[in-house]
Amino acid sequence: MNRMQVIDEDGIRRSVMRLAHEVVEKFRGAERIVLVGIRKRGDHLAARLARAIEEIEGKKIDVGFLDITLYRDDLRGRLDHPELKSTEILFNIDGKILILVDDVLYTGRTIRAALDALADIGRPSSIQLLVLIDRGHRELPIKADFVGKNLPTSSTQQIEVHLKEVDGEDAAYLIDLEGS
Amino acid sequence: MGSPKLQGRHLLGLDGISKEDIVMILDTAKSFREVLDRPIKKVPPLQGKTIVNLFFESSTRTRISFELAERRLSADVVNFAASGSSVSKGETLKDTARNIEAMKIDMVVIRHSSPGSAHFLSRVVDANVINAGDGEHEHPTQALLDMYTLREKYGTLEGLRVCIVGDITHSRVARSNIFGLRTMGAEVSVCGPATLIPHDIEALGAKVYHRIEDIIPRVDALNVLRIQLERQQSGLFPSLREYHRYFGVTIDRISKAPKPITILHPGPINRDVEISADVADSEHSVILEQVTNGVAIRMAVLYLLGSTN
Repeated sequence: MNRMQVIDEDGIRRSVMRLAHEVVEKFRGAERIVLVGIRKRGDHLAARLARAIEEIEGKKIDVGFLDITLYRDDLRGRLDHPELKSTEILFNIDGKILILVDDVLYTGRTIRAALDALADIGRPSSIQLLVLIDRGHRELPIKADFVGKNLPTSSTQQIEVHLKEVDGEDAAYLIDLEGS
Repeated sequence: MGSPKLQGRHLLGLDGISKEDIVMILDTAKSFREVLDRPIKKVPPLQGKTIVNLFFESSTRTRISFELAERRLSADVVNFAASGSSVSKGETLKDTARNIEAMKIDMVVIRHSSPGSAHFLSRVVDANVINAGDGEHEHPTQALLDMYTLREKYGTLEGLRVCIVGDITHSRVARSNIFGLRTMGAEVSVCGPATLIPHDIEALGAKVYHRIEDIIPRVDALNVLRIQLERQQSGLFPSLREYHRYFGVTIDRISKAPKPITILHPGPINRDVEISADVADSEHSVILEQVTNGVAIRMAVLYLLGSTN
């Protein structure tokens, strides 16, 4: 197994900063913008982005956290149970511009599940997808609106994002499962 | 992935269930509790599963609670009530169950007046079986929702002092609570007239009190059981008025406690028999929270068992 760092701590900090700027530029400010991060790393990214946007715009941004376990399409016939974490969206998302945040975009199935979950919670005027890393290999017609870094990978590789809040460090690794 | 999983395929009782399993159910219920506050109170994990509610004994809130939990997990639900069914034509439980199972169902929720009926059913059908009360034996989801409500209020069950008051002998709620609370490290006692307390209850680890004034200063919570009117006819206590006089939970009595006491009741309540109306409606009472939490607990149990096939 071969493991290579592809983004370091500074890289993640710069990406978050740039993505925050891109979001406020696209929507000309932070009016109506709310962030929702997918557990369990997108939630921390969303919290960081919110702080960055608050710094740029000087305005408080609502941040929510979404657990998509109940909406997974591979739940049926599973032998083990994906652990349920809690969804915490303590504000109204109706009519808002909702930025959905995740660490890695891969097959798109997580995002599909997140869209279903959001539909049960409310009706934002628009949902935008923001990811730290897009590694390709989509299995569904889903595309990110804001991307930190495009990383072309093969399907025998894995991307691991580490965040201080969960893993004690900020970094992203490319792992070769068929390592040579 | 090291994902959690319950030990068994059924939930038949809390006797022998591990602490890890109880914690998993309570934690999972917390996630479902949030779903119940959403505008759309429905999530998809049991889509395509069929659940039969086999109620051989009358029940309003448990049946509605289970049915809501099932529907909120997107399961297909079939209700069966003993009256007006083939049971009144003399069919046995085994035959009823096998016939229903031949219709390809995934889970069975059973309420029956015979202790052990849920265990029996789990041996004759392939579906997951959930005990919704079997005679005087166990009522696990009620005890789980009681524990959930207490854990929400106090943060932990470890060391919590809980007394179950009333007819312990005939109560499946009492038994399941004693098993579950003891496993979670709580201190459990029971209180009631000697005629309504089994003589061997101390073997389950519950201390016995016969005067409610003695227990009130020593507990954090009272779980007050319903007094069934037919027990008076069988001579176990002289009258409802006398029961209320000696064992009724009144504001007067609970205000003697050094710190506020939480009052639970599995319902339906007999106002001014086992509990006075002012207590039931006071800030001490968590009776309605129990009802809401009951749906979340049942969703958690159904969800955790529902994909073990």
